[in-house]
Amino acid sequence: MPAPLIEMRGITKSFGAVKANEAVDLSVAPGEILGLLGENGAGKTTLMNVLFGAYAPDAGEILVQGQPVRITSSADALAAGIGMVHQHFHLAPRLTVLENLLIGIPGKSGRIDRAGGLARLAEIGRQHGLTLDPDLPVSALSVGEQQRLEIVKALFRGARLLILDEPTAVLAPSEVDGLFSALRSMAAQGLGIIFISHKLNEVRALTHRCTVLRHGRVAGRVDDPANTTSAAMAQLMCGHEIVPPARGPSTPGADVLTLDGISTSKHAGTVLRDVSLAVRAGEILGIAGVSGNGQRALAEVISGVRAPDAGRMTIAGQTVSRFSPREVQALGLGRIPEDRMTTGLVTNLPLADSMVLPRIGTAAFSAKGLLKPDAIRAFAEEQIKAYDIRCPGPMTRAGALSGGNLQKALLARELAFDPKVLIVSQPTRGLDIGAARFIHEKFLDMRAKGCGIIVIGEDLEELLVLCDRIAVMYEGRIVDTLGSAEATIARLGLLMTGAEGHS
Amino acid sequence: MSVVLEQIFQVGFLAAIIRIATPLAFATLGEMFSERAGVLNLGIEGIMLLCAMTGFTATSLSGSLWFGVLVAVLTGMLMGALHALFTVALGLSQHVCGIGVTLFSSGLAYFLYRLIFGQQSVPPAIKGFQTLPIPVLSDIPVLGPAVFNQFALVYMAIIAIPLAAFVLYRTPWGLSVRMVGENPRAADSAGVSVIATRFQAVILGGALMGLAGAFLSMAQFNAFTFGVVSGRGWVAIALVVFGRWDPWRSAGAALLFAFVDALQLRMQASGLGHIPYEAFLMLPFIFTIVAMAVMSRNAVAPSALLKPFRREER
Repeated sequence: MPAPLIEMRGITKSFGAVKANEAVDLSVAPGEILGLLGENGAGKTTLMNVLFGAYAPDAGEILVQGQPVRITSSADALAAGIGMVHQHFHLAPRLTVLENLLIGIPGKSGRIDRAGGLARLAEIGRQHGLTLDPDLPVSALSVGEQQRLEIVKALFRGARLLILDEPTAVLAPSEVDGLFSALRSMAAQGLGIIFISHKLNEVRALTHRCTVLRHGRVAGRVDDPANTTSAAMAQLMCGHEIVPPARGPSTPGADVLTLDGISTSKHAGTVLRDVSLAVRAGEILGIAGVSGNGQRALAEVISGVRAPDAGRMTIAGQTVSRFSPREVQALGLGRIPEDRMTTGLVTNLPLADSMVLPRIGTAAFSAKGLLKPDAIRAFAEEQIKAYDIRCPGPMTRAGALSGGNLQKALLARELAFDPKVLIVSQPTRGLDIGAARFIHEKFLDMRAKGCGIIVIGEDLEELLVLCDRIAVMYEGRIVDTLGSAEATIARLGLLMTGAEGHS
Repeated sequence: MSVVLEQIFQVGFLAAIIRIATPLAFATLGEMFSERAGVLNLGIEGIMLLCAMTGFTATSLSGSLWFGVLVAVLTGMLMGALHALFTVALGLSQHVCGIGVTLFSSGLAYFLYRLIFGQQSVPPAIKGFQTLPIPVLSDIPVLGPAVFNQFALVYMAIIAIPLAAFVLYRTPWGLSVRMVGENPRAADSAGVSVIATRFQAVILGGALMGLAGAFLSMAQFNAFTFGVVSGRGWVAIALVVFGRWDPWRSAGAALLFAFVDALQLRMQASGLGHIPYEAFLMLPFIFTIVAMAVMSRNAVAPSALLKPFRREER
């Protein structure tokens, strides 16, 4: 095996009393793709931030090609040949592709070196098949193209080691293939790559070797990911065995939610075009699609936030007339919004307040225009106990909770009122395996109790595990609906790109 | 009415527009650099006043106009650095600090002026900048006397506009300024110091505000009075929005405002005497509000404007 490109030895980093990394060793050889695995909070991001110069480690050293280096800023990291593609892109949307590439690059006789930049961009395009239009503003690029720009940006600066933090989370399946082939090409040309993910099948398909972190320590290494089972790797990550939830046969009842020819217009983003669908009691309907194909509009119409321009919607047999969140809720709809922190709850208020917010005006929580603080608190305490929400108490600031606990809180607040239909968007985004597992079990419980559930998601594996039927959205339409027996990642992926629409 | 129009549209009128536009152009460019880097500088009104005072005083004491300009520019840079210290280095509220800088600078200007000149029935005056006709160019009919028979500071403002555009759009530093105003994290991860770049942009902005103040007390009025700025700093903030944070458009906005201001001055003087003069004074401001409401509804501010940058925060 060739000498390591980068070696991290004994890295320890604490935040207060919390040891985010403890004596972590990691190395990447030229031409190697290393998988870095771990649950949320296992210390992956901290470790990479140490490598990229954002945090100074308390102990340990970093060696670049055998030489110890001190990396205290991203400028140091770039100088050492380390490039990072962050999960949230570091791009300025209103500047052009080329301007985003040239930031921080010294000019030529006081001016931006446009010609030199174009030449370098073209060269990288030829080497790795990563082509981009230099003069487009970044806001005009798709998410996949923005990611490509981030990779090009790192190569542009002469990176020999590329860190990618959960790069596939934002991509459609077809884009994932493109990314993987680019990464393989880069590795073949001698670059080192650190691929951070918790999607085990991707790690198995792409990486040559894996380092698994748990609670800030190296829990184990996998030398042959392709021939290691996902279950074995999951066990390394969690420290115990993970069994996927079993979905029993469905016994669907009557329609609890129907949409008939729903169309929207006059708003930013993708509009809905003649969307019809039905969810029956006791079934889970998945809505798959690359983000930005109308899922948000669909969720907003169903939850009464946005009124459609045409079409009819019924909940439990009753026609929705006014489209207000209160009306659809009164008819029996529960909603878990896509963004926990902004539309889900009020981060600066006590958790208890957020947990009763949608029903604040009902007799349970207020009377004669005044709140019932005791009832609100009692309700929150009860749910915290029932759902094992880890927090100091109902009066904790909601924003202080972890993602998994927030999602449990949101779930608890809806399920406490036995909705007939539940709509959830991206239910487990950003959650680790344990928390996701809990959420999935709750959905299956609700299904068994006769609740109809709509899950809008981009994670196809999750949808395949949960859903009885999966509808695929493309450009504001439902292009097809597949039963669980005929749905495969490949078919869904094809439909998501609009390639195979027929119904 | 035609007499009024005749009186209005003549060479003197065009020259007046250019003259009125000059301090606005400096101030607007200064505010624009600051805001492009993500820092709103509400200290502009007070900074202009303080610079008008220090420039005037330095000239009055030394007898040198250009020394006065230099002092005004240095004062502006110092006040810019002060605002940057609060908002960039310490990450405090840009609104609150800007208003604080304006109150502080205004108070300091009044205080120092009284301290140096005492209370006088006739305010002291200096022999300010004289017009400096440019050979050949000033002989062009209409345009010549209007544009090329002006104060040296006017020519500096005219040069400052393309220069600002060049710096902002063609130099690596200008790209850094735009990047830290749009996405400081991106600039940081590319090895650009967000703090240093913002400091530099706010200080450059302060220097331009200093030129604006110097023009008022040393070329336009040749004296320092407490009303010498009278809202021009606030107008510049509006003009930056109106000009969509672009040097050319911002300068154009300053010119347009100056046109309306010159127009109302003529209207005041042109025998429409039964209308109170305050009504005319309102015109440029009404124009600004209407123009902003009509033209700038879709203007998009730099994304990171008002947002302090702290590296370890996500």
